[in-house]
Amino acid sequence: MTPNQDYILQVRSLTKTFAGIKALNNVQMNLRKGEVHALMGENGAGKSTFMKILSGLETPDSGEIILNGKRLKNTTVREAQQNGISMIHQEILAVPELTVAQNIFLGREPKGWFSGWLDDRRINQEAEKLLTHMGATINVRARMKDLSVAEQQMVEIAKAISNNAQVLIMDEPTSALSHKEVAVLFTLIDELKKNGVAIIYISHKMEEISQLADTITVLRDGSYIGTYPTAELDTHSLINLMVGREIDNLFPDSATEIGNAVIAVKNLSRKDVFTNISFTVHEGEILGIGGLMGAGRTELARAIFGLEQPDSGEISINGQLATITSPQEAIRLGIGYVSEDRKGWGFIPDLSIRHNLTLASLPAHAKGVFVDAKRETDSAHRMIRDLRIKTTGPDQKVSNLSGGNQQKVIIGKVLLAAPSLIIFDEPTRGIDVGAKFEIYKLIRQLAADGVAIVVISSELPELLGLSDQILVLEKGKQTALLSKEEASPEMILRYAMPN
Amino acid sequence: MKNTTNTYFDLAGGSPNLRISGFGRFGIFVAFGLICLALSLITPNFLTWSNLTIVVTQVSINALLAFGVTFVIITGGIDLSLGSMVAVAGVVAASFAHPDTYPVVVPIFMGLLAGVVMGAFNGFVITRSNVPPFIVTLGTMTIGRGLALILSKGRPISNLSDSFNFIGGGQLLGIPMPIFILIILFVICAVLLNKTVLGRYMYAIGGNEQAARASGIPLKKIKMVVYTLCGGLAGIAGILLTSRITTGQPNAGAGFELDAIAAAIIGGTSTSGGTGTMAGALIGALLIGVISNGLDLLNVTSYYQQVVMGVIIIGAVVLDSLNHKK
Repeated sequence: MTPNQDYILQVRSLTKTFAGIKALNNVQMNLRKGEVHALMGENGAGKSTFMKILSGLETPDSGEIILNGKRLKNTTVREAQQNGISMIHQEILAVPELTVAQNIFLGREPKGWFSGWLDDRRINQEAEKLLTHMGATINVRARMKDLSVAEQQMVEIAKAISNNAQVLIMDEPTSALSHKEVAVLFTLIDELKKNGVAIIYISHKMEEISQLADTITVLRDGSYIGTYPTAELDTHSLINLMVGREIDNLFPDSATEIGNAVIAVKNLSRKDVFTNISFTVHEGEILGIGGLMGAGRTELARAIFGLEQPDSGEISINGQLATITSPQEAIRLGIGYVSEDRKGWGFIPDLSIRHNLTLASLPAHAKGVFVDAKRETDSAHRMIRDLRIKTTGPDQKVSNLSGGNQQKVIIGKVLLAAPSLIIFDEPTRGIDVGAKFEIYKLIRQLAADGVAIVVISSELPELLGLSDQILVLEKGKQTALLSKEEASPEMILRYAMPN
Repeated sequence: MKNTTNTYFDLAGGSPNLRISGFGRFGIFVAFGLICLALSLITPNFLTWSNLTIVVTQVSINALLAFGVTFVIITGGIDLSLGSMVAVAGVVAASFAHPDTYPVVVPIFMGLLAGVVMGAFNGFVITRSNVPPFIVTLGTMTIGRGLALILSKGRPISNLSDSFNFIGGGQLLGIPMPIFILIILFVICAVLLNKTVLGRYMYAIGGNEQAARASGIPLKKIKMVVYTLCGGLAGIAGILLTSRITTGQPNAGAGFELDAIAAAIIGGTSTSGGTGTMAGALIGALLIGVISNGLDLLNVTSYYQQVVMGVIIIGAVVLDSLNHKK
């Protein structure tokens, strides 16, 4: 086949096998200059393998990558960058102790008056020029670690641009950004498009895709499903293409009877973090908490779970006033917490699924001081079955699971401690649509079983779809407590935005 | 493949119940076997009952310390005060072990108590402050050495009862007592690490302390227990050493902590915490013992022996990291 001049990047019949399993099977993609091309698929569909190959982190078994009519072979990350393909990773890979300018020019510092001499002044000037051009106001002398996630991302993009990137891969770039920062990023993406940069955009957020993408390529189970103009696909059919089966209603109906109050929070405050928060959640009820990043939602959850101490206010559990000074105490009181930070607070990567699952309820899985292996295995099998955890078995390491399955293990761990209240903090962040749906179903099921639920979410459809009432925070203040009927996306945003 | 009944024989650096795969996990075991085989072929005296019992007896003290420090390293900590705890426990035990004073249980109890108290002190300071275990135990190492010198007034304590000297020097059914003690403590430690709630919590804390905390695991309590346990094992090692050399030596045990840490690491315990096994620690200690015994039999001077030992430590870790990369 001759290379097609319309496309900046052509990928043909790319195949990659890991340990006998085809991660990618005959995948293709055609990328036009100046377009945003969304790559969609569930976790495990092969998106990351595909992008790793493009950015030079992995070598394909077969297939071709043609950039500007030139065939690329076995490139390293450095070669890929020199050829004009750069990737902005989901987790920022920068040197935290170096300055912004030093990070931008890391590995290819402009040469001073002799090789090996660092011309810091020139590095700073060039970095400043670059960032100003991008419309970012970031001090190039600031250390990377002192920047917000959004700023760090800007720096990464600046680095790619200074590398003359023609193809920019963005992996979930908005997962840790506030609404305002997302708007800034989108403006920048528009600017890049105008300059002819092609962008491969990976995201699980449907609104973003319909807003940004010109074209959508869908992968499923490592195979190429198709490429479609965004205008021709609605969310419903896109999800069906990704999942390969019909998901009629992403949010199952609530059909729950509301019982007794499980948790009542009254005027809870923690200095400079949140002030005068009050709400009540009953058995079978789902309370959503909305707000921008940094509004104090996670901190509130952590205070209820005993990871931080409130300064004033009251928490009552099942009508009894409670002082929760540690997670142990919280778990004893029947509170479960599924953290937004799976890797940091969720699981022990080196331990098996079984051992992770029983971690919060080990005394209940023990005879005296000894772990009861049989009871533990039974519980693990039950959770794997009930939560539909995709695994080779209970002895598989959790670090080898996909994000969605890791999240299910964490939820399973919380469930085995038999909680009467579960706080889900961003329960579907970075999780693919299929697993998302299962987690929504599970949350509903738990509510139907009489568990009180709190869901913190930055995704408005999720918040609105799940919650019976919605608490909105703005800079630590409670600005609204809306019922399901009165809540709307506009309303939540209005209460969440600073005036 | 996997087997729940013999997890504590899962070698070389895995958390319990992992699927055993490839050569890597058995690497240290194979290396140990090959070295033993080679030594029995090239030296006539290696594979004799008397030589082997001597090797294992010599290894026993380092192995006990390696067990203790393996617990600590699995939780993500370190203990540099092992050698000093050995000296304090030895001196304390010796001062109660003179003939016709106390029954033999008294020096044993007091020596053990000395180790336990020092270990608990480590645990207390580490859990109540934000000072890293490396620094705290570095301090305790010096404090302990000073205490041993104070308690013994700087002089060796000799003239110990026969029953006390039997602990480290006696034999039962033709097998030296230290070997019995080693086997019993190995089984206890392995069971503790693999079959109990406490052991599971150790892996969890070392694997991800935050996630362990969020799972309601009492971090401070567990760490306290772990350092105390390590101190207790050092106490027993101190009693054993004192009994074997029939003297309470305030200068004994210097540098023992490094041998013990080396044994744990050679046995596959990761210094970053979360993985490690008792069988690994035992094999690590045996490997060190066998190699130095073999080099003795081959008339290699102790200067060269140290170089060889250092190369083996680095080699073991390099092998392990290559193995992890795969």
